[in-house]
Amino acid sequence: MAQIIEMPKLSDTMTVGTLVKWLKKEGDVITAGTMLAEVETDKATMELECFYDGTLLKIFAPAGTQLAIGAPLCAVGKPGENVEAPAGKPASPAAAKEEPKKDAPKSESAPAPAKAPESVPQPETKPAAAAHSAPARADGERVKISPLAKKLAAEKGIDPSRVTGSGPGGRIVRADVLAAEKSGSAKAGSAKPAATGAPSTPFTGGAVSRTGPIQEERAVPVSNMRAVIAKRMVESTTTIPYIYVDIEIDAEPLLAVRQQLNTGLEKEGVKLSVNDFVLKACAEALRRVPAVNSSWEGNQIRYFGAAHVAFAVALDDGLITPVVKDAHQKSVFQISIEAKALGKKAKDKKLAPAEYTGGTFCVSNLGMMGIPKFTAIINPPNSAILAVGAAVAKPVIKNGQIVSGQTMTVTLSGDHRVFDGAVGAQFLNALKTLIESPALLLV
Amino acid sequence: MPQITYREAIRHALADELTRDENVVVLGEEVANFHGAYKVTEGLLEKFGPKRIVDTPISEAGFIGMGVGASMLGIRPVMELMFWSFYSVAFDQILNNAANVRYMSGGQICCPIVIRGPANGGTNVGATHSHTPENVLANHPGVKVVVPSTAYDAKGLLKSAIRDNDPVFFLENTILYGEKGEVPDEEYLIPLGKADVKREGTDLTIVTYGRSVIHSLKAAEVLEKEHDISVEIVDLRTIRPLDIDTVLASVKKTNRVLIVEEQKPFASVGSQLSHMIQREAFDHLDGPIHRLATVDAPAIYSPPVEVEQLPNPNRIIKAAIEAVA
Repeated sequence: MAQIIEMPKLSDTMTVGTLVKWLKKEGDVITAGTMLAEVETDKATMELECFYDGTLLKIFAPAGTQLAIGAPLCAVGKPGENVEAPAGKPASPAAAKEEPKKDAPKSESAPAPAKAPESVPQPETKPAAAAHSAPARADGERVKISPLAKKLAAEKGIDPSRVTGSGPGGRIVRADVLAAEKSGSAKAGSAKPAATGAPSTPFTGGAVSRTGPIQEERAVPVSNMRAVIAKRMVESTTTIPYIYVDIEIDAEPLLAVRQQLNTGLEKEGVKLSVNDFVLKACAEALRRVPAVNSSWEGNQIRYFGAAHVAFAVALDDGLITPVVKDAHQKSVFQISIEAKALGKKAKDKKLAPAEYTGGTFCVSNLGMMGIPKFTAIINPPNSAILAVGAAVAKPVIKNGQIVSGQTMTVTLSGDHRVFDGAVGAQFLNALKTLIESPALLLV
Repeated sequence: MPQITYREAIRHALADELTRDENVVVLGEEVANFHGAYKVTEGLLEKFGPKRIVDTPISEAGFIGMGVGASMLGIRPVMELMFWSFYSVAFDQILNNAANVRYMSGGQICCPIVIRGPANGGTNVGATHSHTPENVLANHPGVKVVVPSTAYDAKGLLKSAIRDNDPVFFLENTILYGEKGEVPDEEYLIPLGKADVKREGTDLTIVTYGRSVIHSLKAAEVLEKEHDISVEIVDLRTIRPLDIDTVLASVKKTNRVLIVEEQKPFASVGSQLSHMIQREAFDHLDGPIHRLATVDAPAIYSPPVEVEQLPNPNRIIKAAIEAVA
């Protein structure tokens, strides 16, 4: 009896998944553990593992389709077995529209707290227009590419599956990658706006048109990630009574310590960011004011026993919040290394669910983009989020004298059902103390 | 610069070294009175006398064994094999004794012997006279294997070989003996283990040695003119030690490789090169490593068929076009 493999639930907020590509084709022999396909969830692109031995008998859904959880994807069994897609579970893309109605997900995962810069919606990159882009390859077909071309494509951010190969047997060679780069087609993902075929005129050094529309009007289908962000932001702002508290912190001691440490760590190739210190400071402040490290659960409030501090990472088509687990037990150095690795994985869309779920508190930092002050949206079921602004040079009063200094403003958005303004103020004061005496973070 | 033949260049190297070092002696079948089967040693007997230019019986195992023994005692013998194809008769002397003695004696005894003579096919002398033993020889740690492609290289490399303290197997291509090239009269040495870029190019690297270098240079002209393919030619000159750095530098420049050798393809020098290139330059390859060798059959006696069995410019052109496809 053939096994029908269905769209799995790959993250706790996932309702639909997009079959990015098949890694196997009909007739391939499969053993348990073989990766069958790549599936894009609302968070990441993940590989679909097969748990059975057999032959891939039938593929029900072609690459590119969006399917609800439970929709049949393929059948694995003995060669010759007759298989049909089970009735009642349509494998058509229409299934995607019927999002199962669910209560607010219990998950602590979240693409989405802060009002991070929303990227300009990117057109779907699938229709490859330019001369060197390829027609979609058959499901599961391996992309033939020379080692050199593969390396070049990776360096230039070109997706080999969209490049036509001119070598023997259709192999993609160096010239094909260079041609694809020149024509601007086949950029991987929707990473770089200039490369996605966006209609805006790329800046070419003076040839920018000063008239005409800003961009061509168009409607772009909502990506899985964007849809989840939208849903959860509405949920957050319509069900949580918000409280905002902000405080101005003297950033000079922190910047001085950071510079000093980075000079010392240069040899080890580690560079601590301001955000690494903020993550550590938050974990310590949560230890001092634990009421903020909590979650509203309707008839009870849960107070967490560890500070799992999430931080928002902006992606081109949304954002995601990887989590530094047990940040209260880690040094700034450890946090820095971990955050950097998580940030990179997030940008590559390779985060595993365990890496972006389970946060108990969240930090959103737009300081690196020069924003002095903003508010962020709580990422349920957390009961608070901290919005971190840039360290700004300004006149400050020290010992009754006006001198030049650097300050940063942080804003706590809190769930007023869980704690009140005074608790928020205590938390921010604790945070201010820690950041203004950064040596406290190092002990 | 005077133009002399490959044969004369080898003779000049021998004469230079016989003059420079009285421990150098030349031994082999007919090297003295008959001036060598291929006339390489012409005039040496008259100049250096019968103590240093010695005819031996037709007994490779015997006289190679004698040379190996003499070299262990400080003589620097240059042994001529009438054909390298007969080396197997003296396999024990060459590869068990000469190649191993330094290791077996803990470095106390070295074996500064040079064994030289004509190798390869192309002269229509049949399967037993057309061997290309460089891969078998180079398989043994402790030895050096040299295959010069030009008169200039032959002289400079042989002089280095005679001065080397390890056994050096010097494989001359029979057909190249009459090829002329510019060779300076003055002293020069070409170090063993240094490849030479014989031609610069951008689209394809041909890694080769021996007579195939000459064929490849002719093919490269045609490829450039008629097919717009710019070929770089790396002449290994020494099979062991193998100058992989020069090969890799060229591969990283052109990203495509064709190995041309007069060996049979199975477990050849080209097989080893192919392995080393893919391992060290995998990310620089824009296509599989191509290889052109002698057709995998014993050397064919029929002259027109043997030409097609060996690498030749036409076969190289065809293989090069495939390699850049």
